[in-house]
Amino acid sequence: MADVIVIGAGIIGAACAQALARRGLQVLVLDAGLPGATAAGMGHLLVLDDNPAELALSQYSLQRWRALAPAMPNSCAYRRNGTLWLAANAEEMAVAQSKYLNLQAQGVACELLSRDALRQREPELREGLEGGLLINGDGILYAPATARWMLETPHINQRRARVGEVDGHRVRLDDGHWLKADAVILANGIQANELCPELPIEPKKGHLLITDRYPGKVTHTLVELGYVTSAHNASGPSTACNIQPRPTGQLFIGASRQFGTTDPQVEGWMLARMLKRATEYMPGLAQLNAIRAWTGFRAASPDGLPLVGQHPQRKGLWLAVGHEGLGVTTAPGTADLLVAQLFDETPPLAAQPYLPQRFLGEPVYA
Amino acid sequence: MPELICDGRTLRVAEGTSVAAALALGGDGCTRTSVSGQRRAPLCGMGICQECRVSIDGRRRLACQTLCRDGMRVETQA
Repeated sequence: MADVIVIGAGIIGAACAQALARRGLQVLVLDAGLPGATAAGMGHLLVLDDNPAELALSQYSLQRWRALAPAMPNSCAYRRNGTLWLAANAEEMAVAQSKYLNLQAQGVACELLSRDALRQREPELREGLEGGLLINGDGILYAPATARWMLETPHINQRRARVGEVDGHRVRLDDGHWLKADAVILANGIQANELCPELPIEPKKGHLLITDRYPGKVTHTLVELGYVTSAHNASGPSTACNIQPRPTGQLFIGASRQFGTTDPQVEGWMLARMLKRATEYMPGLAQLNAIRAWTGFRAASPDGLPLVGQHPQRKGLWLAVGHEGLGVTTAPGTADLLVAQLFDETPPLAAQPYLPQRFLGEPVYA
Repeated sequence: MPELICDGRTLRVAEGTSVAAALALGGDGCTRTSVSGQRRAPLCGMGICQECRVSIDGRRRLACQTLCRDGMRVETQA
């Protein structure tokens, strides 16, 4: 008999389960084994500051990851290698400067790099980039292994099962059995809509590619600042340069965004566009051997922030969904926010911006 | 009959031999060493599994998709 049932064994479900188990609760984690964003994504841990709520959640979560890191096994492949935002022109450098001021003001360690300093830090980058912004505390990890590690916490039981229906704090499995607990947490990302059609979550498809091992070519995770000005705000298909050095020496190349599709097929034209973008920043990439390409789906909410809190119309059902591309980054913060609300404690950061009420309306229960 | 150098050893093979076949004929058949230190060998033979990547004249190639040429230098340690 579990105190809490968590639906979804991805990084969000795993982080919630671990946080609850560490409070001494018995947690049952149900997972259907469907493809999820945790297994598909890049495992990039980054502070983002598009709005104050995103900054608060990512900054808090990065602190938590740094605190968790010493206890994480090697398989989690955590590295604090920093994110280097690349400015291709004066306009993007102005964005870098304003990000710098904003992040500094919030206590996020970062430094502005000149054109020369940028090439010195990352010699593989093409000449002529305007400069960069280095976020020192950002990092990377291998999310599937990290989720597995979290789920090994005592008091957690895992079960391979598909949930067919959720009714408050009760769930019906596909085999017809009903399970109940004090609370049910929905953390199944893109599949959340199947159980709660009222959730405003949309899939955003992404392509990824990984190269053979070429150690030492890249140190930081390289992300173009055009990401901020173009990809985030576009409604059509878009790409942005995102190059991440894995501890194995492999280079992980992203990123693309497509709406209105649930087809997981790797699309050649999209992959080509994404790689072309990456080679515009790192020409030498074109000489390297790729070994795999795949796709995944981000569970995106309309305002880009996750839904974290009790469902306002389904008492006993708690939501931790809609993290888009930031699920791995914000997993610890999401878990802490959710646990604080479940225990009716003061959360470590203001819960308001992430409450499901903003889309689902005011609670119907007392 | 192309002559190539595999991990420092000279190998003479028939025209049209793939590098994967040459390694099987003249060495232990392995193409690389994995992250965890295990030796790996060609599996699919058709350019999909990526197990047979070797360094040929300094560039990473698939051994099963590359024909031997005279003077080629093949390294399997990467």
